[in-house]
Formats: sequence, C-alpha cells, structure tokens
Amino acid sequence: MRDQFQSPIVLLGARLLSPYIMVFGWYVIFHGHYSPGGGFQGGALLAASLLLIRVAGGSTLAELQIKEFATTPLAIIGVVIYFTTGLAAMMMGGYFLDYAQLPIPGMEADWLRYTGILIIEVGIGLAVMAILVMIYDNMVRGEDYG
Amino acid sequence: MVYAASDLPYRGDPDNRMHAEQSITGTPVIGNYAIKNAYRDAHTPNMVTVILGDYRSIDTFGEQVVIFTAGMITLLVLRRNRKRLE
Repeated sequence: MRDQFQSPIVLLGARLLSPYIMVFGWYVIFHGHYSPGGGFQGGALLAASLLLIRVAGGSTLAELQIKEFATTPLAIIGVVIYFTTGLAAMMMGGYFLDYAQLPIPGMEADWLRYTGILIIEVGIGLAVMAILVMIYDNMVRGEDYG
Repeated sequence: MVYAASDLPYRGDPDNRMHAEQSITGTPVIGNYAIKNAYRDAHTPNMVTVILGDYRSIDTFGEQVVIFTAGMITLLVLRRNRKRLE
C-alpha cells in the first residue's frame, strides 16, 4: 500500500470549501420550489461537503462532524419522515401522500401541498446524505489513517 | 437521422400528441394537466418539483427506498468481519 500522510494544504482547502458546499446544499433543498434542485441533488451536495473533510482529514477529524454509527439512524430518519408524511395524510382521511389532508391547522389545501413537498424533500436530502457518507465509511474502514 | 428530425413536431406546440387528453389507443392520460394545474394545486413555480413531490410522490418514495436499500447492502457487503474469515 502507498504511504499515507496528512497534507495541511489539502486540509486547509477542504476546510475552506466544506461549509460553503454545505450551505449551498441546504439552499438547493429549500429553494427547490423555485429553481432547479430538490432533495436528491441537495443531499448529494451535503454529502460532498462531509466527504471532503473525510477525504482530507482522516477518520479522527471526521468523527467530530458526524460519527460513523450515526449515519444509519440518519438514513432511517429520512425514510421515516417521508413515510410518516404519507401516513399522516392517510390517517386524516385522504389517500397515501395526499398532502391536502395533512393535519396542520390554518392552511389552505394548496399551501398544505407546498409544505408537504418541502417536508418530503428534507427527508430525501437527509437520507441521501447519510447513505452516501455511510457507503464511504464502509469502504475505507480499516484502511484510513488515524 | 437529421432528415427524420426535421419532421418532428415543434417543441411547445399545444397540439402535440403528448399534450392530448387521450392516447392513441383512446385511454385517458395525464396530458398537459400538470402544466395547466401545477401552480394552482401547490403554489410552486417549479412544476418539476410538483410532479416529483406531489403527483408522482409514491414513485419518489420508491426511489428513496432504492437508495436506502443500496446503503444497507453496502453495510452488509463491505463491513469487515475478521472473525468469521479466519
């Protein structure tokens, strides 16, 4: 195996870029109603910002951001957010994922649909981010420098 | 191919086959319902988001479950378990 060593220049560049990529990822998720974007794309950007630190800094630094055991529950939470939104609409008497029946008081049907789309996009973003980070963590396990 | 492409209908023509209320075989299809009603239904200017998140939301849920399953499979396949290998 090739020698592995930590490069401060690469780490500095990754630390500079990573927060901006993460903010842009949240922007892509939450602005998906008005511009191209959505949960999948925004989740991939969030994962990119986390993976940049993981690649540049190694696993001890990455443990400070999102711990390795936390990615699987995050992915499950993302799927459950989506499913619960659909189930809540079904419990209130509509079809599955019929957002007009969501139990949020004081909103018209069209604004309820607006909110429902936003909720599921956040769920998708969380799941995609956690899954991509989880795949990377599983691939480098044991071969990473400290 | 260029000759065939010259015979394609104009993009955005409302008389195109894909905007019709009925398909060639006579079954009712969605046509341009989404283009007409996306903003009225969900107050969202990006109609792709409305189709992805609202009209076709069960399909999107399936996509999310596919990604989730892929992650779970990598967890099963790539996790090193030295004890069982020896």
